[in-house]
Amino acid sequence: MNILNQEQILLQGLAANDKRAVETIYRENYLTIQSFIVKNNGYPDDARDIFQEAMIVLYEKVCSGSFELTCQIKTYLYSVCRRLWLKRLQQMQRYNPSAENIEEVVSIEEELDAHEKRNADLMVMESALGKIGEPCKSLLEAYYLQKKSMPEIAEFFGYTNADNAKTQKYKCLVRLKKIFFAQYKND
Amino acid sequence: MDDILLLDAIERYKKGEMTAQERTFFEEMRKNKPDIDQMAVEHTFFLNELERLGERKLFKHTLDEVENTLMNEGIIAKKQIKTKAKIVYLWNRYRRTIAVAACIAAIVSISTATIVSMYSEHKQVSNLTPLVADKIKRIEAQVDNIKDKLDSATAATPSKPKFAANFRATGFLIDGNGFIATNAHVINNARNLIVENKKGDQFIAIPVYVNKSNDLAILKITDTSFRKINALPYSIPKASSELGEQIFTLGYPKEEVVYGEGYLSAKSGYSGDTTAYQISISVNPGNSGGPVINKNGEVIGIISSKETNADGVVFAIKSKNIYKALEEIRTSELIKLPSVATIKGMDRVHQIKKIEDCVFMVKGN
Repeated sequence: MNILNQEQILLQGLAANDKRAVETIYRENYLTIQSFIVKNNGYPDDARDIFQEAMIVLYEKVCSGSFELTCQIKTYLYSVCRRLWLKRLQQMQRYNPSAENIEEVVSIEEELDAHEKRNADLMVMESALGKIGEPCKSLLEAYYLQKKSMPEIAEFFGYTNADNAKTQKYKCLVRLKKIFFAQYKND
Repeated sequence: MDDILLLDAIERYKKGEMTAQERTFFEEMRKNKPDIDQMAVEHTFFLNELERLGERKLFKHTLDEVENTLMNEGIIAKKQIKTKAKIVYLWNRYRRTIAVAACIAAIVSISTATIVSMYSEHKQVSNLTPLVADKIKRIEAQVDNIKDKLDSATAATPSKPKFAANFRATGFLIDGNGFIATNAHVINNARNLIVENKKGDQFIAIPVYVNKSNDLAILKITDTSFRKINALPYSIPKASSELGEQIFTLGYPKEEVVYGEGYLSAKSGYSGDTTAYQISISVNPGNSGGPVINKNGEVIGIISSKETNADGVVFAIKSKNIYKALEEIRTSELIKLPSVATIKGMDRVHQIKKIEDCVFMVKGN
């Protein structure tokens, strides 16, 4: 099996949120990224943050189905981490121009912009969820995020039947929608 | 209620839970009613967003799990107490830089301190001129030489062997038995000391008291040829004098005694030194050690130095320092300072005539 095939399998695992695939990618790439960041004014803690962020970028790209494997996962992750870290350094004003001279391996500028936009959108959703209060928040999370079934939810939250729970869920959903779009349009 | 039904329909449509019949009905409704279509689009977007958040959270959860596993295996550095780790980390990383910086700081501070202290010492010296004529002019020496030759050719015997002095200053008797007050800087480093009266008689003297901090020294004439003077014409007061008091001095800025006149201008000396007076008088090198006398015939001080950059700013040691000195001297004989001024009330010319016998030139090499 050649390397590209192996990686294709890894990426499929990643898209399915498979723990083993994630672990393999971590084992193969994390230390390289950590040494890059520590060399460029960072701490190991920063490396963990940046690597997670890069994994999310990769994950979203794979999920969106638009990912063509033009380079190895290693190269892709390195490029993303490098971009993310330089950006963070600039924000913290510890910018180190020597890192700028490293040649751009894969062009990921546009992807990262898209990623940032997605991040911002998700932040809006998360803060909206934070604002609707209990039990709405838990109810919606149980149904939409944890994908629990309606009878399960009814039992857990103490509703007499699934239909009651459903009605309650929709009421909550309408409120969430209102808050979400109010914020979303403001942005 | 309608809204909720609609939302449910949209969700079921999105998930593909509708039957074929419901589906066509729903699509038909969207086509005919734009507001319902609008709502469907909006809600689909909203649900996608919500689901994405769910997926993201799940994936983040996986990432954290993997991270934990690897951390336990030691592949990823474990989280430590943040502040401590930061300090240790910074220390490890910048140890060398810190060492270099510390060295530079140490060098800079030491050299700055040295320069500052050198400069300030230098300033002190340059602003004060001790009034000792330490270079007796060569011509003067030659004149002496010729005189000696003439003397030896004409007269029988010179009373004393020739004494080659390399400085000259002034001193005055504080006790008729041969105790002379002068400046400490005058006799500094001198191996031999002689004192000479206005007639030119020379007597050997030795220092019995030297205090460099207030610049006072007391000599004793050890020469047997010295005849004691019974009553000194001036007195030495313990109390300090008043501003504006008229004063005069006698000294040896040249080979014969010179008179100078002035007034007391401040009760403290150089940079607030309270052991001295500031007086305004015209003095020259050689006046050092001369008495500062007021019109009542009291020796209120001893001339010691003048400020280099200012004219007529002269400093004199207060007479009460002599009393302090006497407490510290332990000699076989008791020194008794004159307490009554016999020249009080006389006119200046007569006063000087009496005093000049008691003012000596101090020479040494």
